Amino acid sequence: MSGEELKIKITELLPSSTFEEGGEFLNILIEAKDWPGFAKQLRNDDSLFFDYLFCLTCVDWMTHLTLVYHLTSTKFRYNIVVKIKLERENPEVETVSHIWRTAEFHEREVYEMFGVIFLNHPDLRLLILPDGWEGKFPLRKDFEDPVNMIRL
Amino acid sequence: MDVKTNTAKADFPGQVHETPGGGIVLSKLDDIINWARSNSLWPLTFATSCCGIEMMSVAAAKYDFSRFGFEVARASPRQADVIIIAGTIVNKMAPVLKRLYDQMADPKYVIAMGACAISGGPFFYNTYSVVKGADHVIPVDVYVAGCPPRPEALLNALITLQQKIKSGLTREQIKVPKPDKK
Repeated sequence: MSGEELKIKITELLPSSTFEEGGEFLNILIEAKDWPGFAKQLRNDDSLFFDYLFCLTCVDWMTHLTLVYHLTSTKFRYNIVVKIKLERENPEVETVSHIWRTAEFHEREVYEMFGVIFLNHPDLRLLILPDGWEGKFPLRKDFEDPVNMIRL
Repeated sequence: MDVKTNTAKADFPGQVHETPGGGIVLSKLDDIINWARSNSLWPLTFATSCCGIEMMSVAAAKYDFSRFGFEVARASPRQADVIIIAGTIVNKMAPVLKRLYDQMADPKYVIAMGACAISGGPFFYNTYSVVKGADHVIPVDVYVAGCPPRPEALLNALITLQQKIKSGLTREQIKVPKPDKK
């Protein structure tokens, strides 16, 4: 399946999705509310079979947050990127850890670094940061730490 | 009695007077101990980032620090003499580094390898997690500049450490002993 066919297929699955091109991968921009159903389709559709979530991260744009999911199909060797725009205040999105198990700790990392709440996550707590870092979100652009950080 | 005086042994601290059937050595015990220690310094297997790759290169066949007495890297701090801080020290790693240093047997020496270990390097600004120089955690004897330093630079630092030990000027050697608790 070429990039164009992939786009047609994905538009069939989720008509409200938009695309962004120019990068290495095909970027698909979707709404947070569509994500749980769309993720299941990407994983279970026989012609797509995106069975591997190889990266999950987040970007702070100051005005909003963007969640970035990198998916690959080990069967067909397609790569896609799914992007979800979130509000900076109370960012919430449904977990995909029951679809891709690896998301379980990736989501914990995004939670501790950006404060995104993954709804229905089985064990949403700090991953790398030591105790006492709850609610500080050090990878947000406006994070300040007068003790450990020297601003340039 | 015919006494030959041979003081030409470049590295040895003192004089060797060769006599028939043996010889006499004149030296200070401290000097001999420092000389012996400086020629058998075992590093600790400790690397926290990319400087570690250069450190491994120095240990491997091409540069081979065994030639200078850094015989074998030890995986236990209790068997190591020198810790090469090869990489970034983050706040979470700092207590671990301190503990490893404390577990090493005296006399012990420290080399800070690369920009991160010296000052935080590229992570000096706008970082919440990096210790701005490993000498905030443990005392350092020799600093090596570079990001990461070339293997030759580390080798030079190791030899500099040996010279420092021979002259009796490492932190370990000049530290004032604590008064006995009574």
